[in-house]
Formats: sequence, structure tokens, C-alpha cells
Amino acid sequence: MRVRAILVALLLAGDAAAEEAVLVAVASNFAHTATQLAARFEEQTGTAVRLSSGSTGKLYAQIVNGAPYDVFLAADAARPAILEHSGRVVPGSRRTYAIGRLVIYSIRADDCLAALRDPHGGHIAIANPVTAPYGAAARQYLERAGLWDGVSARAVYGENIAQTLQFASTGNAVVALVARSQLHTRFVPESRCSLEIPAAMHDPVEQQVVLLDADNPPAGAFVEFLRSATARRIIEQAGYEVAR
Amino acid sequence: MNVYSPLWLSAQLAFVTTLILLGIATPIAWWLSQSASRLKAVAQAVVALPIVLPPTVLGFYLLILLGPDGAIGSWWVRFTGDALTFSFAGLVIASCVYSLPFAVQPLQNAFEGLPRAYLERAWTLGASRWDAFFSVAVPLSLRGFVSAAVLSFAHTLGEFGVVLMVGGNIPGETRVVSIAIYDHVETLDYAAAHRLSLILIGFAFVVLLAMFAINQRWSRR
Repeated sequence: MRVRAILVALLLAGDAAAEEAVLVAVASNFAHTATQLAARFEEQTGTAVRLSSGSTGKLYAQIVNGAPYDVFLAADAARPAILEHSGRVVPGSRRTYAIGRLVIYSIRADDCLAALRDPHGGHIAIANPVTAPYGAAARQYLERAGLWDGVSARAVYGENIAQTLQFASTGNAVVALVARSQLHTRFVPESRCSLEIPAAMHDPVEQQVVLLDADNPPAGAFVEFLRSATARRIIEQAGYEVAR
Repeated sequence: MNVYSPLWLSAQLAFVTTLILLGIATPIAWWLSQSASRLKAVAQAVVALPIVLPPTVLGFYLLILLGPDGAIGSWWVRFTGDALTFSFAGLVIASCVYSLPFAVQPLQNAFEGLPRAYLERAWTLGASRWDAFFSVAVPLSLRGFVSAAVLSFAHTLGEFGVVLMVGGNIPGETRVVSIAIYDHVETLDYAAAHRLSLILIGFAFVVLLAMFAINQRWSRR
């Protein structure tokens, strides 16, 4: 009898926990930081956060096709805006949670700018400007700096910002234009040169969040948590900027 | 660069790969079919590895091997001045690895099906080993060669993961059709994705249909 009571209690508890969990779709570039944020949120509230990471485009397609995510942490502002216009998000929930900065990174060159300018300097890796927000920002910077014509002939395009860094960290590309936050992660080989690109040289890479499920209060609490001082500090320490 | 140029690039890649593979796979398949060596099982396992391994494993090691500091890449740089990664030549090497079992296995099957007596008769009539191979074994194994060529071509056309890892998505050089479709889907350009995908589906179906039809007729003989 007592065993049955315990089993019933466990079942109910498990059920309640599943209902209260927050399911978050997160852009791959932010997945590591999101794990830290989720851990802190769980500490504070006792609510479990489950993360699914992928490219913003793929997660967007999943959401449009009915994926059961409560929160979407995108790598850009475009996809959250489309979701908002099509009425798939909780009105008023779309906000910038992190702003990305671009850096030039190389394990082969001593002078990052010289390597960008050298017409015989080998491949330059940037994220695909058509599909990846950091790629679009990289192209914008190169155009404003008058370097695009020289670079585009030697450019190789990463499918996403992670692959772009990998092209350079394996030495296959001489330099890569990547996100500053990536250089804060483990396993990135020591750079021989790295150079931060001034924020004024490209439109800000705004990463936006939207709340997808209005009926799950902990999900709203998680989105709200992202604005807290604690969350902002975690995001800044990961190499992003946060909106003032 | 129009929407169909990646298709043309893929066709070129598949064609070059198929030609090279027939050259490489024929001696391997012949040795496998004739050998009673204990190493045969090992060799067969090695040849079949690309069927089982995920493209990420092949892509990962090719990225390292073909890179400017890699075993193959550094050698290539010394001779041509260019790196192999992010180049058409690099994709050809990658595709040869990726599609090797699809060339070897049909050929090996065909060679193993040859009546041993025919070859022995050719030898006793004074034909050299080479002569017997080209004038007896090859014509009798034509079906194996057709299967090997068709499967290598089609399998290379369908390559995605390996190219994604070592290609670098350069238009006209490494942006093959599967990568182009992936980009179209990512950018929500479903019309372009449909156009290329439907052509691939149609092509794959026609090729496989032709092969099975030919096989059927051959076996009826």
C-alpha cells in the first residue's frame, strides 16, 4: 500500500515537473551561454529548462511547422520579427537579449589586417552572408572598409559562424571573421592575431528572443529572467553586449 | 551564376569522380575477387567503411588531411601552390573516398561471378594475364561496370555532409547542388529549393530505373 502511494506520488511529481519545464529553442552560437542561464534560472526558481539548439533558420522552420517550443532565442532579429508579424508569438515579447561583436581571428597570421589585405594571402573564412547574421555583418564591414572586392575572390563561406571559426582554427583559412563570443569558449586554439572590429563598421548583430507560449507562466518568467542583472552579467561575460 | 549552375557543377564532380573511381576500383575489386588471402576480409572492411561512417567522420579527417598542413594537403601545396580544401580537386578526392564502396562492390560481385573455366581456357591458349583480363573478364563483367559507374555517379551527386565540411560553399567551385538546396531552404527560398530538388528526384529515379531495367533484361538472358 505504501509502495503504491510512493509510486503515485512519484508519477504525479514527474508529471508536474514535465508540465512546468520550459522548452527553449536556442541558436547554436548562444547554446553554451543559454546552458549557464538555464542553470541559474533553475537554481532560482526550481523550474527545469530544456534546451534544443540548432541554426536560427532550422529552428524557425520547426516553429512554423508546429514544434512545441515555449521560447525562441534566435541569432538574429529577422526571424523573430517574421514570427511576430505572423501572430505566432506572445505580443510584446520580442526583445534584444544580446548584441554580437565581430572579431578577426587567425592562428597563421601575425597581423590580421595585413592578412585580409594581402591578395595572395590564402582563404578568408566568413559565415555565409545570405544565411548567417554574422556573415552579413562581416560583409558589411568588409564593404565599408573597402576590402570586399579583394576578399570576395578568396572567401570561403561557413554554413554558420561555428564552422567559419573551424575553417580558421584548423588552419585551412588564413583568417576568419567570427563572433567575439566564440573566442570565449573552450577548445579554441590560441590566436596569433585577433582584432575587434569597431561596432560602427556594421549594423549591430541583434539577437532577439520571443515568447511562443502564453499559457506556460514559467516560460514568461524565463524571458523576464533574461533582463535581470544576473542574466545580463552572464551574457556579457560570454562576449556579447546587452542593450542598455 | 544562375540557379542551375550548382547542378552543372555537381554533374562535373560526379563525372570526374566516376572516371577516377573506375580506374581505382577495378584492380581493387579484381584482387578481392581472386584473393584467398587472410587480408581479404580486412581490405573488404576498409573499402566498405564509407558506407557505415557518418559523413562528419570523413569530412573531419579530410579537412585535416587535405588542409595546408595535412599529409595530403601539404604535398599538394608543394606541387601546385594551392591548398586542396575549398577546391574542386579537393572535392574530387573527398568524393572518391566517399563513393569508393559503390564502385568496388558491384565490380567485385561481377568478377566473382565469372566462370573460372573461361579465364583458365584463355590462359592455356597462351593469353597473358592482362590479355585474358581485358578480352575475357571485362566484356563478361560489363554489367558490373555499368552498375559501378551508375552508382558512383548517383552517390556522388547526392553527397552533402562531406562537401559541407571541406567545400567552403564557393560558387562555381564547391557549391554543389545539395549545398545550394540547403542554402535555399535556410533562406526560405522554397521555390528555388523545389526546382533543384525535383530535378534531382527525377534524375535519380530515371537513373535507378534504367539500371534495374537493364539488370532485369541481362539476367533474363
